[in-house]
Amino acid sequence: MTTTISGELTRPGLGGGFRDLRQSSFLLKLLVRKELKVRYRGSVLGLLWSYVKPAVQFLVFYVALGVFLGLERSARNPDGLSNYAVYLFSGIVLINFFSEALGNSARSIVNNGNLIKKIYLPRELFPVASVWVSAVHFFPQLVVLVIGCVVAGWHPDAFQLLAAVGGFAIVGFLATGLGLLFGAANVYFRDSENLVDMLLMVATWASPVMYSWTMVEAKLGPGLFALYQANPITVGVELFHYAFWYPTTDGSAAMPPNLFSLWLPVGMIISLVVLALGQLTFRRLEGRFAQEL
Amino acid sequence: MANAIEVSNVSKEFVLRHTRSIKEAVVWLVKGRKGDLSKKFHALKDVSLMVETGETVALLGLNGSGKSTLLKHISGVMLPDSGSVYTRGRVAGLIEVGAGFHPDLSGRDNVYLNGAILGMTEKQINERFDAIIEFSEIGEFIDTEVKFYSSGMYLRLAFSVAVHTDPEVFLIDEILAVGDEPFQRKCIAKIQELAQQGKTLVVVSHDLDLVSRICSRGVYLEHGNVLFDGPIHEAVARLRA
Ligand SMILES: Nc1ncnc2c1ncn2[C@@H]1O[C@H](COP(=O)(O)OP(=O)(O)OP(=O)(O)O)[C@@H](O)[C@H]1O
Ligand SMILES: [Mg+2]
Repeated sequence: MTTTISGELTRPGLGGGFRDLRQSSFLLKLLVRKELKVRYRGSVLGLLWSYVKPAVQFLVFYVALGVFLGLERSARNPDGLSNYAVYLFSGIVLINFFSEALGNSARSIVNNGNLIKKIYLPRELFPVASVWVSAVHFFPQLVVLVIGCVVAGWHPDAFQLLAAVGGFAIVGFLATGLGLLFGAANVYFRDSENLVDMLLMVATWASPVMYSWTMVEAKLGPGLFALYQANPITVGVELFHYAFWYPTTDGSAAMPPNLFSLWLPVGMIISLVVLALGQLTFRRLEGRFAQEL
Repeated sequence: MANAIEVSNVSKEFVLRHTRSIKEAVVWLVKGRKGDLSKKFHALKDVSLMVETGETVALLGLNGSGKSTLLKHISGVMLPDSGSVYTRGRVAGLIEVGAGFHPDLSGRDNVYLNGAILGMTEKQINERFDAIIEFSEIGEFIDTEVKFYSSGMYLRLAFSVAVHTDPEVFLIDEILAVGDEPFQRKCIAKIQELAQQGKTLVVVSHDLDLVSRICSRGVYLEHGNVLFDGPIHEAVARLRA
């Protein structure tokens, strides 16, 4: 009997990195769908909740911070930010996306340990799928944000909308890179999750989400302020402000200097470098995942 | 005849680490590295195994002799410390019942998920879906969440998906035990059919009668060493001795 000898001898278990992802796009899709299905258990309410929660969050910000605390610009508080709730929320949705993406992708390898120990498949799929799931969860928050913006008199131009896409991409790449890095590290040191939690807390406060960049510049001076600006999350948040909050104001507020000529490319490059480093570390460590899990 | 699997001088050492946290590692460093954080364990020692395309091989040995570890090297889940592993064609491993199944998803969703995990495309799964369900005899339970399945039902679905991936090399680790008698017979018939089609099989099982029926060659492992490699009946006889 002649058997067909198909293909060459290959070494099993050597992944091709992100090249594998294109070939496994169907599996990636199923993994994302699985996450979402498991999360919502097919309930209509589940999906509804993901709209209700950010909507309530937005209202609370508006009332508690804008009205009660008086951070909103008014006759008594001329230095305040106009439409503070929109300002705050446009930064928060991006931070939420980053937190969820990084938190889940950092845990994804250990959580899927049972599978990784038994069947070979491109392991990058798990952190990347986590980031996609977070992007899906980002969508309802974006809807709430846009509604809030429209109510506040939003009139963006095409460039401002592009800025939002850029900010989202910068933060998405950064989360993927760090997710790969910490996802792999977590296999060896299970308490590196604590580092991630700490990082996420710092991330919220180390970017102008709650406050305005002008306060930072006034306190830090030019050198340190440049460092502050080099944080890709800061750039992402400022791009979101430019896209969502700025077009609701009278345009008198100043945007950070050189946001597009300097900080956008810097943020993008740093994010891509982190992504490359994360991917590199991941590939170096993944060979031993199955035995360490 | 060409080889489907070439395992050459593979050694594998596991590090039995006592710590999995940064905290303990730091404490260990601060205390002047007293004591060893890790103990080493040799699971495979200079193992070589050439399997020709179309051969049916049983891996035999007592618990902890390294059978599963060797299968994991062939499937690519683990990489050898030294030596090399090569395979030809698509390898599908049935390492454990239900690995790759998600309890909260229905049988249907799990067929797609598991099929994709084992390397099938969307089109292939669509085409073979009915055949998969028919072989598994899951019937109306296909839309039930698999957490409500019995372990035998798990096995049926998992085995059915795996055989329908149509691999050139099929690795089976100790899974047939949970199936009931009729289904076991069906599985064995299917495995024999695959063997006749010229597929390469590597089977791990403690059921010596079963492997004698399926396989023609036996490899006897002990503490990570290959003690015997030859006709299945001799290998079984050695193990029973
Ligand atoms: N990830 C791991 N880390 C440390 N030791 C391991 C690991 N995997 C396996 N071992 C050890 O390697 C040895 C061989 O394990 P293996 O699972 O290959 O045995 P086996 O022959 O399949 O046994 P069984 O018949 O019980 O299935 C065992 O002593 C086991 O404790
Ligand atoms: Mg075993």
